[in-house]
Amino acid sequence: MRARAGWHPWAMLGPTLALLVVFFILPLGVAAYESFFAWDLLTAPRYVGLENYRALAARGELFAIALRTVGYSVLVVTAAMSAGLALAMLLDRPGRAFAFVRASVFSAYVVSWVAVALLWMWMLDADDGLVSRLLRAIGAPSVALLGDPAWALPTLAVIAAWKLTGYAMVVFLAGLRGIPPALGEAAALDGARPWARFRYVTWPLLAPTAAFVATTLLVTSFQAFDIVRIMTQGGPAKATELFVYAIYEQVFLDLRVGRASALTVVFFGLLLALALLQLRVWSDRGGSRDAA
Amino acid sequence: MRRERARAEPALVAAAVAACVWLVPYAWMIVTSLKTLPDVVAHPASPWPRPFALAAYHEVFATMPVARFMALTIAMAGAIAIAQIALALPAGYALAKLRFAGKRFAFGVVLACLLVPAQATFVPVFLLFARLRWIDTMTSLVLPFAASALGTFLVRQALLSVPDELIEAARMDGASEWTIVYRILAPIVRPTLVSVLLVSFVFHYNDYFWPLVMTTDDAVRTLPLGVALLREQGSGVRWHIVMAGNAVLSLPVLALFALVQKHLTRSVAGGSVT
Repeated sequence: MRARAGWHPWAMLGPTLALLVVFFILPLGVAAYESFFAWDLLTAPRYVGLENYRALAARGELFAIALRTVGYSVLVVTAAMSAGLALAMLLDRPGRAFAFVRASVFSAYVVSWVAVALLWMWMLDADDGLVSRLLRAIGAPSVALLGDPAWALPTLAVIAAWKLTGYAMVVFLAGLRGIPPALGEAAALDGARPWARFRYVTWPLLAPTAAFVATTLLVTSFQAFDIVRIMTQGGPAKATELFVYAIYEQVFLDLRVGRASALTVVFFGLLLALALLQLRVWSDRGGSRDAA
Repeated sequence: MRRERARAEPALVAAAVAACVWLVPYAWMIVTSLKTLPDVVAHPASPWPRPFALAAYHEVFATMPVARFMALTIAMAGAIAIAQIALALPAGYALAKLRFAGKRFAFGVVLACLLVPAQATFVPVFLLFARLRWIDTMTSLVLPFAASALGTFLVRQALLSVPDELIEAARMDGASEWTIVYRILAPIVRPTLVSVLLVSFVFHYNDYFWPLVMTTDDAVRTLPLGVALLREQGSGVRWHIVMAGNAVLSLPVLALFALVQKHLTRSVAGGSVT
């Protein structure tokens, strides 16, 4: 449709585009530029070339942060997806009881990460926490889950998965409802057992949904910050220092804007690779999605 | 009939286990928040407060200006959500229904921004706001999110399916472009607008990261920050008080969720949240 004479479409787009460019596109360029400087916010910035990247890479810090973030994300995605799919299959039944359980699981996705983080710190409290008591009761070796460098990151991943499972479940439920029940019934008439029906009928039809859930969860967990800041502050011994927390620390604790910017550039590069994968999944799903 | 029931029972048991995994932590939060300090120390795992006490809530309201923080948080999240749909409507309209030079470029900018999280932009934006002396202002919390790439994209998608004839008929009747966008098209794409509004409100109400970075004092501190601070105050963690703060923080969104459960679930399943 033609724009009406005297009415410029750019006027309608203007505010949106200006805000997006100023707050999302330009900052990326500024971060890339500042990553070539050493700047402590107090004295004047000093050009150092690739020194920030070299320093981060030399001590193995950059690689460790990237590996940790990817490892954490893979754990979260695997756990939240498996639990979400299992719950979707289990709870896709009529009746108020099942509706109530669906709402309970999803409610964790609605509350703040702050609430979830504080709640689980209390659950994991070494002396009094319900989880610690449960572990003692079943005779598990006593470990301070958040205080042990080997356990802290997997523990955070499980808590994040607890929060995100409801999201995966809801998307899988929508996917399941898009599958005509006649298909499963036909397979059942042909003598397919429940597992075979899932394996050969339901799962292939859910594959696009699963790919979508996997990529959105991956991108979400890549940006994890709140539970790290509240529960472990990157510790113990940097075991939970993920990308965004490391950037935050460089700026607000160490006053190293250049280092933080270099970390931001690497963080965004990795995230972009993951997000492009996500976009491909979106376009593959194409027409099967309604616009919210 | 009997076989059906025999199969339904294991499902009910499994569902009950799932309900426990997700509800017991909340239940323990509420129970703990209703205990007194000696009770928490003596019987931390007891499911029944002895006595029932609102002392922890009194303490929360005494140590932090709950009403102010809550009002600020709701004002911030509300302002962001409303600005997002107010700006997404004309922008989505231009992208869906108007022909003009540079349209592909404009749409490309919107799509590109879908991929940029605030976690990748906060360092330069913080430095910019520091130079402008905007740290600790409502502007620093609202302005960066006033336009939403996702909202614009979803409104555009919804408007694509509105017939052109409708808009042309409105023009023939002498309607201005603003009337077309806000009076005629807005009601048609209402489900999408409500989705964007709800998801955005809940996200920003809960947000911890951005307010943490952009505020340094109580002037514009939001509720999630205040509640997180409860744990860091005083000597020794007083969990009954932290859990009371947690309940105060969570109950409004849980109540909203209970009210609009169907719509919120559908918005999330529809891909409006990533």
